[in-house]
Amino acid sequence: MIKHESIETNAGLLVVLTLIVVSIGGLVEIVPLFYISDTVEEVEGVRPYTALELRGRDIYQREGCYLCHSQMIRPFRDEWLRYGHYSLAAESQYDHPFQWGSKRTGPDLARVGNKYSNEWHVAHLVNPRSVVPQSIMPNYQWLLENDLDYSDVQDRMRALKVTGVPYSETQQEYDSNVAEFGVDVADQLDILRAEENLMQQALANNYDGQHGRITEMDALVAYLQMLGTMVDFSKYDEGYFTDFR
Amino acid sequence: MNQEKTKSGGAVQTTGHAWDGDIQEFNNPLPTWWLWSFYATVVFAVVYWIFYPAWPVADSFTKGVMNTITFVDGEGNEKTTHWNTRSLLLKDLQEGKSAVLSREYTDKVAAASYSEILGDAEMMAFTRSMANGIFGDNCAPCHGTGGAGVMGLFPNLADDDWLWGGSVDAIETTIRDGRYGFMPAFRETFDDAQLDDIASYVLSLSGHKVDAAASARGRDIFQTDAGGCHYCHTSTGTGLKSQGAANLTDSVWTIVAVESAPDLAAKKALVKGVIANGVQRTMPHWSERLSPAQIKLLTVYVHELGGGQ
Repeated sequence: MIKHESIETNAGLLVVLTLIVVSIGGLVEIVPLFYISDTVEEVEGVRPYTALELRGRDIYQREGCYLCHSQMIRPFRDEWLRYGHYSLAAESQYDHPFQWGSKRTGPDLARVGNKYSNEWHVAHLVNPRSVVPQSIMPNYQWLLENDLDYSDVQDRMRALKVTGVPYSETQQEYDSNVAEFGVDVADQLDILRAEENLMQQALANNYDGQHGRITEMDALVAYLQMLGTMVDFSKYDEGYFTDFR
Repeated sequence: MNQEKTKSGGAVQTTGHAWDGDIQEFNNPLPTWWLWSFYATVVFAVVYWIFYPAWPVADSFTKGVMNTITFVDGEGNEKTTHWNTRSLLLKDLQEGKSAVLSREYTDKVAAASYSEILGDAEMMAFTRSMANGIFGDNCAPCHGTGGAGVMGLFPNLADDDWLWGGSVDAIETTIRDGRYGFMPAFRETFDDAQLDDIASYVLSLSGHKVDAAASARGRDIFQTDAGGCHYCHTSTGTGLKSQGAANLTDSVWTIVAVESAPDLAAKKALVKGVIANGVQRTMPHWSERLSPAQIKLLTVYVHELGGGQ
């Protein structure tokens, strides 16, 4: 039996025992989520981000969007009415780190994809007050001025691959993506074709409204327009999701 | 633990430890009210563990006893689950007080025709109040809280000018399926002088006094296959609603602020810019995000905003 006095007079032992005590809460609340079978819902449509969306997500983090915007619609009536279907765990399974956020100074963005037009996003990001007079969001006009740096997008995808996101490099990995996501998505997840895919998506959709240039705005708007659109909720009976709680 | 009275009036105890011979540690007990509150939270937690989902067990968890939620699933069957916030939400949306209250009216509006709704004061009052919230959450970011829109980007819904038609049916189609407003860019088709001529002709349609020769040259482009403008804007310039083509004969401008330009030269420059650069505007579709009843409420609301046709 360790005596009180021997703990208080031994800094090393005190540190070790303190760490054990403070980690109990986290261990009990977080660790079981990794082996409880109902944690992540079984839904179709959720896929890793394309190269362009991924760069958009990086810009989202760089500009600190998560400090004011959450990406987590909770299962409450008012949030259901304002933002749409509550967020599923499955929808952020390829997020590293997740962007749930912890504070809403601005509105939740978990289902902002396809809600407004690209033109709105561009006008709003350059100067939010040009479309929403009462907005207190800062201007992000440089997104339209900065050319998107995508020279390192392959390395960024490789880094995420280490965390478990199924981007492919070998033929075998590609084939398994085809089996899981279909050919079109699997092509987008191919690290070796990342730059080509990124340019193609940006130029074909021209998110920023500027012809022939790929700006940071292209990437960010591509990311925003994808948020919350992957799962087709019309395919599922609403009671289905209660089986995962 | 050893506790001994100190010399200072006997009020404060020490822990009994002594370091370096004479350094002692006071022991001030927690206030009784605090201590008992703490014990109460411990008791509460144990009760909570029994009735609510709590402890992880293997690949599942304790679900809580005597605490279930029953709701109706999509196939109309009653479904009972252990307590969880998702079932709670469904039950609230089905049986909650405000849900029941609003459903009474929503069902009534959903079952009624547009002419019945527009002629019924009670249904209109409900529509205005309910749709105001839906409009604020979904439409106001682009079209503004009052529906005034943004010049060049998002059309004004509060006037009586409708690009895609102002009937309730046209408005419903616009909201449900979205619209893609498109005019080609002519900057590579025509040279600067030709663009000037077309702009002159377009301004003449709304009664501006422009150079007659330039206007005539512009007319030849507008009304023939050279420009093909008349296909969408029609030969009289009033525009096809089916294409969302603007009426060029009135004084309402939605892409550039022609009316407020200081002089004719400035107006012509603005119109010329539109012809050169074209128009690409997207109205998203809402059929996946809003229910048919919500779209119906919005349709009536938007129709009212502009004193609809």
